[in-house]
Amino acid sequence: MKRKSNNVCLKAEGLTKVFGFGRRKTLAVDQVDLTLYEGEVISIVGESGSGKTTLAKMLLGLISVTEGEIYFKGQKRDISTHRKKKEYWKNIQAIFQDPFSSYNIFRKIDAVLLDCIHMKGGKRLPHDKKVAMMAEACSFVNLKFEELTNKYPFELSGGQMQRLMIARIFLLKPTILLADEPTSMIDACSRATILDMLMKLRDEIGMTVIFITHDIGLAYYVSDKVYIMEKGKFVESGTADQVILNPTQPYTQRLLSDVPKIYEEWDLSTV
Amino acid sequence: MSYLLQQAFRSGKFVFGFSIFATILLIVFIYPLVIPDPPLEIIGQGTFFEPGIYVNVYDSIRAPTYILNLRGAAANRIASRLNQADRLAMKEWLMAGGGIAEDEIDIEDTALLLGLWVNHYSPTKNVPGMTNARRNYFARLDISLRGLLSTEGVSVAVKNPDTGVLEETSFIAQSDYANINQVANVRVLPLGTDNFGRDMLTQLVAATRVSLIIGFIAGLLATLIGLALGLLGGYIGGIVDDVIMFITNLFIVIPSFVLLILISFSIGQEKRGAITVALVIGLTSWVWTARAVRSQVISLRNRDHVNLSKLSGHSIGYIIVSDIFPYIASYVVMAFILQISSGILAEAGLSILGLGPRTTEFPTLGLMMNWAMIYQAQILGKWWAYLPVLIIIALITFSMNLMNTGLDQIFNPALRE
Amino acid sequence: MANVMLEVKELTTKYVTRFKEDVYAVDHVSLTLEEGKSLGIAGESGCGKSTLALSLMGYYFPPLHYMSGEIIINGRNITKMKPDDVRKSILGTEIAYIPQSAMNALNPTRKIIHFIEDVILAHDLYINKKEIYERARTLFETLGLPPEVLEKYPVELSGGMKQRTVIAISVLLLPKVLIADEPSSALDVTSQKMVIKMLRHLMEVGLISSMIFITHELPLLYNVTDDIMVMYAGQIVEKASAKDAVFDPLHPYAKGLMGSIIVPEEGLRDVKLAAIPGTPPNLKNPPLGCRFAERCKYVRPECRGVAVGLQNLTGGRTYRCILSEGELREAYKHEKEK
Repeated sequence: MKRKSNNVCLKAEGLTKVFGFGRRKTLAVDQVDLTLYEGEVISIVGESGSGKTTLAKMLLGLISVTEGEIYFKGQKRDISTHRKKKEYWKNIQAIFQDPFSSYNIFRKIDAVLLDCIHMKGGKRLPHDKKVAMMAEACSFVNLKFEELTNKYPFELSGGQMQRLMIARIFLLKPTILLADEPTSMIDACSRATILDMLMKLRDEIGMTVIFITHDIGLAYYVSDKVYIMEKGKFVESGTADQVILNPTQPYTQRLLSDVPKIYEEWDLSTV
Repeated sequence: MSYLLQQAFRSGKFVFGFSIFATILLIVFIYPLVIPDPPLEIIGQGTFFEPGIYVNVYDSIRAPTYILNLRGAAANRIASRLNQADRLAMKEWLMAGGGIAEDEIDIEDTALLLGLWVNHYSPTKNVPGMTNARRNYFARLDISLRGLLSTEGVSVAVKNPDTGVLEETSFIAQSDYANINQVANVRVLPLGTDNFGRDMLTQLVAATRVSLIIGFIAGLLATLIGLALGLLGGYIGGIVDDVIMFITNLFIVIPSFVLLILISFSIGQEKRGAITVALVIGLTSWVWTARAVRSQVISLRNRDHVNLSKLSGHSIGYIIVSDIFPYIASYVVMAFILQISSGILAEAGLSILGLGPRTTEFPTLGLMMNWAMIYQAQILGKWWAYLPVLIIIALITFSMNLMNTGLDQIFNPALRE
Repeated sequence: MANVMLEVKELTTKYVTRFKEDVYAVDHVSLTLEEGKSLGIAGESGCGKSTLALSLMGYYFPPLHYMSGEIIINGRNITKMKPDDVRKSILGTEIAYIPQSAMNALNPTRKIIHFIEDVILAHDLYINKKEIYERARTLFETLGLPPEVLEKYPVELSGGMKQRTVIAISVLLLPKVLIADEPSSALDVTSQKMVIKMLRHLMEVGLISSMIFITHELPLLYNVTDDIMVMYAGQIVEKASAKDAVFDPLHPYAKGLMGSIIVPEEGLRDVKLAAIPGTPPNLKNPPLGCRFAERCKYVRPECRGVAVGLQNLTGGRTYRCILSEGELREAYKHEKEK
C-alpha cells in the first residue's frame, strides 16, 4: 500500500503568513518548512486557530504568501497569472471541511463534474464520452450518476456530497490532494466510508495526500507522517507511530491526553 | 427561480403587498385607456371643486322631462336650503314663543321642524325678553320659509333676438325630472378638481405613473451602481476596495437628501425633467446598497464554494457572476424594491420643496403635494387635493415594504414561522 | 433498587413538515433512568436522537407534536399536564436541557448575571438581586468556574467557558435530570474535556441526579455515561452498559458504529474501519420490517415485512433484531475470520 518514493513533490521553506498591519498584525503561519515526497500521506494536526487552514490555503495558492518559498516538483512555484494558476491547480486539488458550503447551490451536480473534465482539456469531447466519464467517477464513490444528473448538490446528504467531492478528484487526478478536515462535519459512521474512498483513490491514481485535521486519531489512522502545529509553527513531526505513541513535546502530549480513549483510562484530572 | 416564485406566492405578506401593488399598476395602465384626457388640462374655472357628479344645467333644462311624484322631495329641497343657523333660530323661537319642550324639537328632522313652525309661529305673539331686532329677524325668516314652501315651478324664458323681449319657452314644475343619461353633458369628478381646476383623479393616475417610473429608474440606477461597486470592492479587495469605500463613505457623510437638494437646485428648474430627477435620485442613493453588497461579498469570497470554483480554473468574472451574484441576488432584489419606494419618497420630498421636475409636462405625486400645499388645501379643508395623493404614496411604499418582508421570510429561513 | 428519576413508556412524537407530511422521528421509545445513572444516546444524524431529547421535556411546539406514550419525571406524569404547567413546574426544576447550539444563544448585549437573574426570577419572584448573586457565586465556585465570569458579556468568554457557563445556568434550579445534546461537539479537544469533566462533577456532587448525554462521538459516550442506547431511524436498536455497547455490540448497526471508532491508541492502524454503506430510510414512510435491513450485512428474507421487536437479555440489555444473541455472535465471529 505504501507508495512513498524519494522524489520531493512539494517543498515549502520559511513559509510565513501575516494578516493585518501595524498593531492588529497577527502571525498566522510562522516560518514553516515542509517537505512532501511523492505518494506520501501526511497529516497536519492542530487546534482551531493554529494556522493549519491558512497553511493549506497558501499551499493551494488561494491566498498570497507573506514570506518564504514554495517549490513544486523542484521548480519555484509561479502562479502570477490566471493561466499559470490553472496549470498549478491541475496538479493540486482540495477537499474542504464543510460539504454544505463547498458547492455553489445554484449549479447542478453535472456542472460541477463537467468543470473537472473541461479543466483536464476535455472540452471538445463528445457528450456521450463526458457522461461516461462522469458516470465512472460517480460509481467509483458508490453513487449512481443517473440518480444525480440534473439534481442540485443540496438534495444530497452530507456524506454523499463529500463523496461527490472525491468523485471530482477522481476526474481531475491531481498529483497532490489537500484534504482540509474532510470528515469533521460528517457522522462517525460515514467517516469510515469517506476515508476508505480517499485511500482507494490514492492507490488508484498514486496521489500524495495532505490531511489537515484537528482529529489526532484520524491523523494516526491515515498518515505516514504527522506534523503537530501550534500557533503557526510545527512543534513536532515524525512518523505517525513516533508522534502519536511516543510524543516528546508537551503540546502533543496534552492534545493526546485530551482525546477520549477507549482502551486506556481517560484521565480527566489534567485539565 | 420558479421555485422561489412559488414560495413567494405562498407568503401571505408578499401576496398582500403584491396585490396592492398590482392593483395600482393595473389602474395606472387601464385608466388612461378608458379616459384619455390630458391630465394637466384645466377644466374648471375656480379652485377646488368638490368631488361629485357635475350635471350641465343648460342641457338638463333641454332634456326630456318626466314627472315623478316622490314623497319627501319637497322636504329634501327645503332641507338642502335650510341652513344650520336658521334651524337653531327656529328652535329658539319655538321653545321661547311656542312653549314647546326642548326634547320635542329635532332640528335635523326638517319636515317636523317646519310643521311645528307653521302651526305655532305667529308674528304678533309677544315673546317676553325678545328685542325688536330679533323679532324682525324672525318675521323675515318666516317670510323666506313660506317662500321655500311654495309649490310653484320656474319659467324658462328666452330673449327674442328681434324684439329683445323675454318669451317663456318652457315651464319647469317642481316634480319634473330629467334622466341623467339623457343630459348631454355630465362630468364625474370623483376627486373634484385642484387649485387650477384640473381633474384630480386623471391627474393622480398620471402622477402615479410618472412617480413609479421615476422610482423605478432611480431604484434601478442606485441598485446597479451599488451592486457593481459592492461586487468589485468586496471581491477584489485591496486598493480597489479602499478607493470604493472612500467614495462610499464620502457619500454617507454627506446626507444624500442634502446632496439631492443641491444637485437639483444647480440643474435649474427648466432642465429638470422627470428622467433627470430620477437619475439624480439614483445617483445619490446607491450608498447603502454598495455597503451591504460589499459586506456580503466579503463573507462570500472566502467560502469554500468560491475556493473550489477557483480551483476549477474559473476566471474572476465567471466567479463573480456565477458564484457570488446568485447568493446575493435575493438581497439585491429586496434592496431594489426598497430603492424604488425610497425613490418615490425622495421625489415627493424634493417636489414638496419645489425642486421637483418642471411643472409643465407631467404631474408627479410630489408636485401634486406641492401644489396642494402652495394653495393651502390643507388649511382650507380641501382634503381631496392632498389626501388621495398621500394615500397613494403610502399604499405604494406600504405594498413594497410588505413584498420586501415577504421575500425576506422566504430568503431567510430563520424568519420563517 | 434505586429511585427511578425518569421513565419513558412507548413515547412517539412526530414532526409535521411544511408540506404537511408526518415524520415519526421518535417511534415507541421506552427508557428508564435511575438516580445517579447517566445514559448516552448514540446514532447518526437524522436518527432522532435530538428529537428524543426535545420530546423528553414534555413541552411541544410546532412542528414537533406529541402522539402517544408517557413520560414520568420523578413520579410525575408530565404527558398529562398542561403545557403551561410543564413550563412552570417541570422545565428547569425537574428536567433541564442544553441544546446543541446553546452557547451561541446567549444575547451578546447582556452580562451572564442577567441571564441568571432571569432564570431565578422566573421561578421565584421574591428574591432580591444580592441573594441571586450569592447563589450564582456559590454555584460557580462549586463547579470550579471563576466568579468573575458573572460580570462578563458572552463575547468576552471563550467557547469552552461559554459552554460551561451555559451548563451552570441550566443547573441553577437544581434539576433532577439534565439532558445535554452534543454539548462539546463545537469545541476543541481541551475545552471538550473540561466540559466533560464538569458534567461528571455535576453528577458527583449531586447537583443533578441523572443525565442523558447525546452525541455521535462514541469514545466520548464511553467515557461519560454508564449506559449507551443506540438509536436508528427513530427507534432504539440497542441498549447496554457502556462497556458492552462499545466492545460487544449485538445489533449489526451498533456493531458498525463501534467499528468506525477512531482513537489515537496503539493498534488502530491495524484495524480496518467498518463502513456502513447506504443511507438511513426516509422516516416519512419507513419500511415495515427491520429499518436497518437495507444496509445490513446479515439480512435475511424474514427481516422484511414484519416489524421487529426488542429482545431483552439479562442485565437490562436489549436489542432489536430477529436473530438471537448466539446467531449474531456466530455471524460476527465468522466475519472476523474472513
